[in-house]
Amino acid sequence: MIRHRDSLNHDFHDNDTGRLMGFLAATGRAFLVFLEATGRLAMFTGTALSHCVRPPFYPRQILRQMIDIGFYSLPVVGLTALFTGMVLALQSYSGFSRFQAEGAIATVVALSITRELGPVLGGLMVAGRIGAAMAAEIGTMRVTEQIDALSTLSTNPFKYLIAPRLMAGLAMLPLLVLVADIIGIFGGFLVGVYRLDFNASSYISRTWEFLEPLDVISGLVKAAVFGFLISLMGCYHGYHSKGGAQGVGAATTNAVVSASIMILISNYLITGLFFSTK
Amino acid sequence: MPSRSDTNRTPPSTTPKITLKGVTKHFGPKKVLNGIDLQVGTGESLVVIGGSGTGKSVMLKCILGLLHPDSGSIRVDDAETTKLNPRDREKLQHKFGMLFQGAALFDSLPVWENVAFGLIQGEHMPRAQAKEIAIAKLGAVGLTPDVAELSPSELSGGMQKRVGLARAIADEPEIIFFDEPTTGLDPIMADVINELIVECVKDLGATAVTITHDMASARKIADRVAMIHQGRIIWTGHAKDIDQSGNPYVDQFVNGRADGPIKMQIRAL
Repeated sequence: MIRHRDSLNHDFHDNDTGRLMGFLAATGRAFLVFLEATGRLAMFTGTALSHCVRPPFYPRQILRQMIDIGFYSLPVVGLTALFTGMVLALQSYSGFSRFQAEGAIATVVALSITRELGPVLGGLMVAGRIGAAMAAEIGTMRVTEQIDALSTLSTNPFKYLIAPRLMAGLAMLPLLVLVADIIGIFGGFLVGVYRLDFNASSYISRTWEFLEPLDVISGLVKAAVFGFLISLMGCYHGYHSKGGAQGVGAATTNAVVSASIMILISNYLITGLFFSTK
Repeated sequence: MPSRSDTNRTPPSTTPKITLKGVTKHFGPKKVLNGIDLQVGTGESLVVIGGSGTGKSVMLKCILGLLHPDSGSIRVDDAETTKLNPRDREKLQHKFGMLFQGAALFDSLPVWENVAFGLIQGEHMPRAQAKEIAIAKLGAVGLTPDVAELSPSELSGGMQKRVGLARAIADEPEIIFFDEPTTGLDPIMADVINELIVECVKDLGATAVTITHDMASARKIADRVAMIHQGRIIWTGHAKDIDQSGNPYVDQFVNGRADGPIKMQIRAL
């Protein structure tokens, strides 16, 4: 009986050790996968950046991407900004009127739009539109051997496909966000003047009164970083996609999700850099 | 059907254009190339036959530099290519032309820009001049100039293959690779493509390496045939000797028999 219990204890012991080892192995494996992915992304980014600054450049490709990212995203980003500005004015009115601070609405709208909502919402909308399109296009090129074909035609895929997208993302997002800032503030103005019966000229002067250049500049710096990240994620996931239609679908999803998460995280970090209270 | 070696053609030179020695490549636990030894003479048309998953495409991609072999040597014009830096590799690519299995045309560009791509991007030729050459090359593969402005997605499979061929020969490469050139085509279109390949390679005086499992295509295109099995070259010989190879693997493959020394892998690896 005693021996039996001992062997049972032994079994328990073995099971526990096994479970612990299994857990450690799984954690280790996940960590290795994470390190591998991080390293691969870092190398991809490094290679892509080095091709951005070394000739030959492909101005046609850069222009095409700039039009795609900048011009064709205008309606989506503009609409997002317009309604965000309008909602912001309404919401802050209903909140601020509780302590008679309605006068601050114009300032709140201007600061929120330029510092946060313009770049972040604009970035997220562009991530959905452009990040997905890039991943799908490059991913399809990968699975149909078009990227291999580029190499056989003495054209470096990083220079021809990836560098133009990164440059266009970096350059166009700040411009888009600048437009979004203006439209967003205009949205707030529309609601403020036509719905909440503010005086137009005092609303405008209130908007300008507390707005500092750094508010706008920080938003534009954020936009440039977001534009780079969106293009990077679209290209990275597309370039490494495999396995036909399903692989391209997964690449598209991953591109949008990872770009969105990176936008949110980097938004916090950049805000910390610009407006640290310490 | 006359084999290519029976036709009136200058006999290929014996100087090796491409030499592979002990080339190995593995993906994870799977060894795809198991020590490939192969020589392709200058001006020769070599066809590599073998079943699916035997390493044909991987071998081709290793020569093209799209994949990096784990070990072994790949020499082109007697110069080692496995340790080239990216710039020299890009230069070497000028010697190569490739017709991909699915044609791999750039769907964002019209047909003529596909054909002229290597000329415009690789050799920085003015667009107007490159377009003229592209239209001439399209003519060489039997396509009319009005096709030039179409998008690749508007073309049939056979036409896409022709455009792919025109693109492969556009900057007059010294070596042309054909990856399953007849797969997915009807027998008549397959024969048309075979004829075009023979003609284009002859006109250019290029060295050609074709991988295929289509025996009709192999007989038509090849000067010499090599058979690949489990990542090794198990037989090489003249195209006309293929029916008397004396090799049971080659016999089974050439005659398309289910019974024989080659066992088909039906389990996923």
